[in-house]
Amino acid sequence: MSTETRPAETTERTLPPVDTAPLRRRRRQAAWVQAACVAVTLFMALPIVLIGLSAISSRAALAEFPKPFLPSEYSFDTLLAFFEATGTVPALGNSVLAGIYTVFWSLVVGAPAGYALARHAFRGKDAYQVFILLVRALPIVVLSVPLATMFLRLDVYDTVFAVTLVHTTLALPTTVLITASIFVSVPTDLEEAAQVFGCTRWQAARKVVVPLALPGLAASSIFTFVLSWNEILGATVVTLGHRTLPAQVLTALDEASTAYRFAGGFALILPALVFIAVMRRYLVNMWGTTLR
Amino acid sequence: MPATGLDRRAFLRAAGLGALALSASACTGFATTGNGGMIFLSTQFRPVDEAEAFRSLLARTVSGVSYVTIEDGPFAGQVRSQIDAGSTQIGLLGGLHGDLAPLADGYLEDVTDVLAALGDRGWPAEYLELAKAGTDRSWYIPWANASYVLAAHADALQHLPSGVDANALTYDDFLDWAIAARRANGNRPMLGLPAGPEGLLHRFTQGYLLPSFTGGQITTFRSREAATAWEYLRELWANCSPTSTTYDFMQEPLETGEVGMAWDHVVRLVDAPERDPRNWRMLPSPRGPHGLGYMAVVAGLAIPKDSTDPDLARRTIDELSKPHTQVGLLRSNSFFPAVAAEIPQDLPPAIKLEADAVKRQQEAADSILSLPPVGLGTREGEVSKVFQDTFRSIVLDRADIRTTLDGQASVLQGILDDLKVPCWAPDPAAERCEVM
Amino acid sequence: MRLRSPWLLLLPSIVLMLALFGWPLVQGVLSAFTDDGGFTFAHWERLFGDPYFLRALRNTLLLIVIVVPVQVVLAVGMALLMQARPRFASGHFYLWCVPLAISELAAGLVWLSIFDNRGYLNSLLVSLGLSENGVQWLNYENTTTMLLTVVIAELWRATSLVFVIVVAGVQMIPREYDEAAQVFGATFWQRLRHVTLPLLGPSLQVALILRTILALQAFAVAQALTGRDFPLLVGETYEWYVVLQNPAVASAVALVVLVISLGTAVLYLRTVRQPEGVR
Repeated sequence: MSTETRPAETTERTLPPVDTAPLRRRRRQAAWVQAACVAVTLFMALPIVLIGLSAISSRAALAEFPKPFLPSEYSFDTLLAFFEATGTVPALGNSVLAGIYTVFWSLVVGAPAGYALARHAFRGKDAYQVFILLVRALPIVVLSVPLATMFLRLDVYDTVFAVTLVHTTLALPTTVLITASIFVSVPTDLEEAAQVFGCTRWQAARKVVVPLALPGLAASSIFTFVLSWNEILGATVVTLGHRTLPAQVLTALDEASTAYRFAGGFALILPALVFIAVMRRYLVNMWGTTLR
Repeated sequence: MPATGLDRRAFLRAAGLGALALSASACTGFATTGNGGMIFLSTQFRPVDEAEAFRSLLARTVSGVSYVTIEDGPFAGQVRSQIDAGSTQIGLLGGLHGDLAPLADGYLEDVTDVLAALGDRGWPAEYLELAKAGTDRSWYIPWANASYVLAAHADALQHLPSGVDANALTYDDFLDWAIAARRANGNRPMLGLPAGPEGLLHRFTQGYLLPSFTGGQITTFRSREAATAWEYLRELWANCSPTSTTYDFMQEPLETGEVGMAWDHVVRLVDAPERDPRNWRMLPSPRGPHGLGYMAVVAGLAIPKDSTDPDLARRTIDELSKPHTQVGLLRSNSFFPAVAAEIPQDLPPAIKLEADAVKRQQEAADSILSLPPVGLGTREGEVSKVFQDTFRSIVLDRADIRTTLDGQASVLQGILDDLKVPCWAPDPAAERCEVM
Repeated sequence: MRLRSPWLLLLPSIVLMLALFGWPLVQGVLSAFTDDGGFTFAHWERLFGDPYFLRALRNTLLLIVIVVPVQVVLAVGMALLMQARPRFASGHFYLWCVPLAISELAAGLVWLSIFDNRGYLNSLLVSLGLSENGVQWLNYENTTTMLLTVVIAELWRATSLVFVIVVAGVQMIPREYDEAAQVFGATFWQRLRHVTLPLLGPSLQVALILRTILALQAFAVAQALTGRDFPLLVGETYEWYVVLQNPAVASAVALVVLVISLGTAVLYLRTVRQPEGVR
């Protein structure tokens, strides 16, 4: 599976007839891999293409049956209506703010906890993990009224800050567990070596562990951002006039007319596509490098 | 070491960003309400296009009011938690009777004097009674009303049994029509009913089918006639598209042609005839042995306790209840006027069709008006659930009608026993409402 | 020092959790068992008497049992495919991550446009002449096709989550191990079984825990596709809290979800152990 040359090709003593079987096997394998990749990609991408096409179909084209793959008539009215609606642009800003704050704070609060889980064996470790999962295990809807009341009392109701707090807490389980699973794979020898060479513990963590754990940190940031980006209920109950994008336009999506549903669904997917395109670099940044 | 310098810079940059995030997150974010005026929180007109249509009507009517929508679920919770915490941030509330009535226990301002100050604008007495939510004070001002009618495409209309007047259907005609349409359509049903999770089919059983068959809604719940009605619905359902359990808004399957005839809320039918109104008709609901049962949906405007701007809220209520604004609402959002208003002739075709059907329905000699539950407060949802669960058991799961009705009747009685409220139309207003 | 320091690192997260969710959580638990200040099981009786509850419980468990293992296998397979460095790897990788960014509701709508009676799938079947009017995938009488559609939609929506975690984990496995095994003549399956999977342990554990817990929270997809014909527990919580405005029974359902979630989490923590000493 690796690109390293095979032992059969490098160990040569006499010159036997060239055995092409491994090469052929490898080609066949590569073809299978390629085919499997294309199949998975089709499964993942096709629905998005379809909703994209639906979003730019005219109402008449949406009502056709059987539907052709490419709509018979295009219309950008519904999609534009979303961007022109009251509050969409500020809501987009709020969503971006909330997303970035949430990523930042969940890493600040969650990554040290993940590091502690990975590096220390202590009593109560499992208990802590279960405790941190509590927040995702309970359907958040039953917390909506107490949460709103609390933010109202603290006078931070209807702010991006309140949304950030809720989202950060919701993102903690993913951040803590994912970073822990990554930190555990960063060899302690490297960290100790750095300490031997005069780094403090904190420096060793920062200069050795964090760069090595970057893909994991990126993965958890992606989860966090996406969670914040798509979360509706929490954002709806703690805001009123400073809403995030989903709370502003997505709440009523399932009761909007078909054309608006697709346009709204697609409009919300677009920025997320960009975000993943940016973050992808960090996810795979170790690919093919031989850091060890 | 150059590497360290780079790292330090990167670290400082990260720290700087963090500090920025910290300071910025203290601010509130961007206002999404448009003009940042008094907040008018409403459960109505939530989809973006409807909200925008209403916002433009509102902007023409009164200035300094921001229309913010919220789903009916979180609505009550939001209002309650704000008022309980002593920091109301809302100026005015809008919602259906069922959204507002549960808040009458201390979360709404008494608007009896507001109503008196507005003078007589021709609100129907039933609506004003509803707005009292079972007390002797008024808690909201009726804002608009809506009803439920039948919509049919020409494709389905052609299968109407001969000699039947589409504007005066009986439930038997309706069933015959559905059967004929199914047969003519290669045995695929042409009728659709809104039995999806957000669909309003329970209003069909509660306000149309049962009153038409039994003359009552609650008292006759387990009567012999009610059993006949449910048996009828089973038969009707057999001629109804099985995907009906996913339909929330009938205008969509109607528009795409999945079904050719349907019963639903007027607002949820209005888009169907939009593209080609000449091929569509809107019909009054059918009638049964006791008459034509129909239900009125009332939306109201209420002032929350400690409103941010009670004066502006009152002025907004005044403006929104003027006849020409009410007609404007009919044009923009197809909600019918709650006050006496001349319906103009130049309405959009779909709304004109509906206005005719609603008028025929209301003015039929044998019409029986049903109201949504009165005075049930937060328990109203549970009454709807009784009708939904009965439907699911009898029609979808084919449970025995008698045992289901008896079982659900005791659930219903349990709720009524807890509340000790009088019955509402069409049931006789006895001292305490009881299932016979 | 070594003993105190982990708790020091854990402290911020514990404080945040308790501050935000501690009290509401206690309130929720209490309300499920009390009525006018007294202890009661009435809310539970109410819940078990509800025709939707047992169905929702069954569906939820069924969905998790089917979806989670398939997703894990699929995700590991996808990660291995990536490791084989196919052509256009970065393009594939991007598209495989994309569903991650799509909200539950949008995902439900996407698949509704496909499985709807007049959706893309039936359009395809009809245009190919395979069916005259298409198949009624979402018919309430076809429990199997309903389950199938929900499973496919969930696979599409959430496999990326497992995939990304596994990919991050796969990258941490030193290549030498795999290469060494290869040198010693281990077959692909042997290497997978004895090298890759054990080293993926921590990532798999996390992926399983998170995926199961998040899967238990998912209901918008099923609701968009099937309405209430395929009820799920969290959907029921929502129904009781929001529609029926009965926080006590809603809390009871929420507690059931909580117990299942934490139960499976503990199970994973115990069984999918992190390989101690292996680094």
